[in-house]
Amino acid sequence: MASIRIIPEKCVGCKLCVASCPFGAIKVVNKKAVIMDNCTLCGACVSSCKFFAIDFIKDEMGPSVDLSAYKGVWIFAEQKESIASNVALELLGEGRKLADKLGVELSAVLIGEKPDSAAQVLIAHGADNVYVVDDPTLRDFNDESYTDVFAQLIRTYKPEIVLMGATAYGRSLAPRVASRIGTGLTADCTGLQIDDESKILMQTRPAFGGNLMATIICPNHRPQMSSVRPKVMKPIPADPSRKGNIIRPEINIPAVTSTKVTPVTDNNGKMVNLAEADIIVSCGRGMGDPKNLKLVEELAEVLGAGIGASRAVVDSGWIEYNHQVGQTGKTVGPKVYFACGISGAVQHLAGMSSSDTIIAINKDPDAPIFKIATFGIVGDALEVLPALIKEFRERL
Amino acid sequence: MNIIVCVKQVPATTEVKMNKETNTIIREGIESVINPFDTYAVEEGLRIKDRAEGKVTVVSMGIPAVADMLKQTVALGVDDCVLLSDRAFAGADTLATAYALSMGIRKIGEYDLIICGKQATDGDTAQVGPSLAEKLGIPHATYVRKITGIGDGRIQCQRLTDDGYDDIELTLPALITVVKEINEPRLPSLKGMMRAKKAEVAVWTADDVGADKAQCGLQGSPTQVIQTFVPVHDVQSEMFEGTPEEQARKLTDRLLSMHFMKAGE
Ligand SMILES: Cc1cc2nc3c(=O)[nH]c(=O)nc-3n(C[C@H](O)[C@H](O)[C@H](O)COP(=O)(O)OP(=O)(O)OC[C@H]3O[C@@H](n4cnc5c(N)ncnc54)[C@H](O)[C@@H]3O)c2cc1C
Ligand SMILES: Nc1ncnc2c1ncn2[C@@H]1O[C@H](COP(=O)(O)O)[C@@H](O)[C@H]1O
Repeated sequence: MASIRIIPEKCVGCKLCVASCPFGAIKVVNKKAVIMDNCTLCGACVSSCKFFAIDFIKDEMGPSVDLSAYKGVWIFAEQKESIASNVALELLGEGRKLADKLGVELSAVLIGEKPDSAAQVLIAHGADNVYVVDDPTLRDFNDESYTDVFAQLIRTYKPEIVLMGATAYGRSLAPRVASRIGTGLTADCTGLQIDDESKILMQTRPAFGGNLMATIICPNHRPQMSSVRPKVMKPIPADPSRKGNIIRPEINIPAVTSTKVTPVTDNNGKMVNLAEADIIVSCGRGMGDPKNLKLVEELAEVLGAGIGASRAVVDSGWIEYNHQVGQTGKTVGPKVYFACGISGAVQHLAGMSSSDTIIAINKDPDAPIFKIATFGIVGDALEVLPALIKEFRERL
Repeated sequence: MNIIVCVKQVPATTEVKMNKETNTIIREGIESVINPFDTYAVEEGLRIKDRAEGKVTVVSMGIPAVADMLKQTVALGVDDCVLLSDRAFAGADTLATAYALSMGIRKIGEYDLIICGKQATDGDTAQVGPSLAEKLGIPHATYVRKITGIGDGRIQCQRLTDDGYDDIELTLPALITVVKEINEPRLPSLKGMMRAKKAEVAVWTADDVGADKAQCGLQGSPTQVIQTFVPVHDVQSEMFEGTPEEQARKLTDRLLSMHFMKAGE
C-alpha cells in the first residue's frame, strides 16, 4: 500500500506543497504541513518540496491505476497567435483513427491567450471536444505553467491516450507532464496502432539515428503518452459543418513561475522551421565556398523550401547551426530533400533518411548519398543548380 | 556556483545489434563513448566554473565500466565523478532513469545548475532532462544554444525553437539541456590527464542514494519495448545523365509529374 507522511523535522511550513496539490489536501498548521483525508496519494507534492520533507512510498508495480477509469484520446494542440499548428491537425488525423477504433471521443487541448479561434478549426479537423484554457500568462509557451495546466486536465478528465507533437516545445513539455503524472512516454513516434486484443497503444519509433525501429507499449500506466514526429501523420480535410463541444475547465493557473519566456522569431527572411517544411534544399561542403550558397538559397526561394546544411558547412561557419540536419542537428522528414554537395555520412543520413523523395547532386558517383537517393545527378552542383533554378522558374 | 552535468555512455556507432530474447541492445564488444551532446554539456559547465568560482560534478547512471569514461572528464577540469550503478537500475526507461538520477543528485547535495545534453544518440529521446527537472521540482529549458547571463539566483539563456529562439530566464537551481551550437569543447590538458589517472569515481547503489527500487530499472519503467526491427531502405535510384541542362530538365520533368509539385502553383 502506498503511504505518505510529512517529516516534521524537515518541514519549514513554506506552503509550496499546498500550491502543488491538485486536490487541496494539504494545509499548514503551526508552521508544519498536514496531509488531510482527501489525499489521493498521487505524489504530486513530493517534487515540490525543496526540503525533502515529504516521505512518499509508491505502490508496487502492476496496474497502479484503475485502467478502465481512463477513456478517450487527447491531442495537444500547439498554437501560435491563436492559429493551430500543422502538427496539431496531423495529430487530430491520427487521433481520429485511434479514437474510432476504440469507440471513444477525440479531444484537443488548447492552451494560450484567447486561443478560441483555433478551437473551431480543431473541430473541423476531427475533434469532438476542445478543452480551452485561456489566460494572459499562457500566451507564450512556458514549460512550468503548461505542465501545471496539462497535468491538472489529465488528472481531472483521465484520457487513456495523449498525443503531442515532437516539436521543440512538444518534446520539452511532454516528458515533464509524463514525469509529473508518473506515466510512460514514447518519443518521436512514426507509427501508432491499437492492438486488436488488448486495446493498448502500439507505438513505433526510430532509434539509433533511424537504424533501428522499436515498438513500445505502456501497459500498466495511464495515460499512454507519445510524442509524434511532424509530417508523418496525415490530417483529415477540414469539414466546417462538423460539430463539437468547447469545454472551459476550472483550472488553477500558477500565478508565478520560475520561468520567464520571450520568443524571438529569427529567420533573416530564410525559412528555418525545417520540421514543418515540405521541401528542403540542403548544402554540403561540396558547394565549395560560402558565396555559392546563393544558389541553394535561390532554389529554395523558387520552391518555397527550407534550407538545410551538413555539419561540415555549419562547422566552417558558412551557415547557422539552426540549419544543421543530422545526428547532432535536426531530424527532418520533408516530401523532397535536395542534398547538394553532401557526401551522405551516416550522421547526416540519421537526420534525413525518412524523407519521402531524396535528390542527390554530387560529382562523385561513389558518394554514399546515392545509396539512399530516389533521384541522382552525378555532376557539379555549381552547374546543375543554376540549370535547375532556371527550369523551375520557367515551369512552376 | 555548483554545477552538475549528466553524461551518458553510448555506443560509438549507431549501427546496432539486438539481443533477440530480452530485446535489449547488445553493448558488449562495441566501443563506447560519451554521448556527443554531453561533451558540450561538460564544456559549458567548465566555462561557467572558469568565470564564477565553483565545482563541476559529473553524474552518470550505467554499468561499472562507465567509471573510466567519467575519469576522462577529470582531465578536462571536472572536479568530482559520481556513477550510479546497481542491478536495480538496469533496463530503465526515461522515467526510471530520471528518478535514479534525481535520487543521486539529491545525495550529491547543493547545486545551482544541472546541465544535460539535448538527447542521447542511442535512444534519441531527449526526455531525461525535462523528466529529471520535474522529479527535482526545478524549472528547465531545453535546446539551449547560449547562456547570456548567470548569477544572483538566475540564469538567462536562449532556447532554440522551430522558427527562431526564445529568451528564457529561470530561477536557480534549474536544469538546461544543450545543443552543439553552444560551444566548442576543449581538449584535455597534460596536468588534467595526470589528475585523471588518480581520480576516484564514487560508485553508488540504489540503497546508497535511498532509491525506492520499485521506481528503478525495468520494474520502475512504465514503457516496455515489445519488438525491434531494422528498417529496410529499399530504394530504386533513378539516375539522370547528360549535360547539366539536360539533367536539370529530366529531374524537373520527373518531379513535376509527381503530385507534390504542380506547375502553375
Ligand atoms: C559525433 C558526430 C556527429 C555528427 N553529426 C552530424 C550531423 O548532425 N549532421 C551532419 O551533416 N554531419 C554530422 N557529422 C559529420 C559527418 O560525419 C560528416 O563529416 C559530414 O556530414 C560531411 O559533410 P559534407 O557531406 O557536407 O562534406 P564532405 O564529406 O566533405 O562531402 C562533400 C561532398 O561534396 C561532393 N562535391 C565536392 N564538390 C562538388 C561539386 N562542385 N558539386 C557536387 N558535389 C561536390 C564531394 O564528392 C563529397 O561527396 C557528425 C560527425 C560525428 C563524429
Ligand atoms: N543513464 C544516464 N546517465 C546520466 N545522464 C543521462 C542518462 N541518460 C540520459 N542522460 C542525460 O539526459 C540527456 C538526454 O538523454 P535521452 O533522454 O536519453 O535522449 C543526455 O544527454 C544526458 O545528459
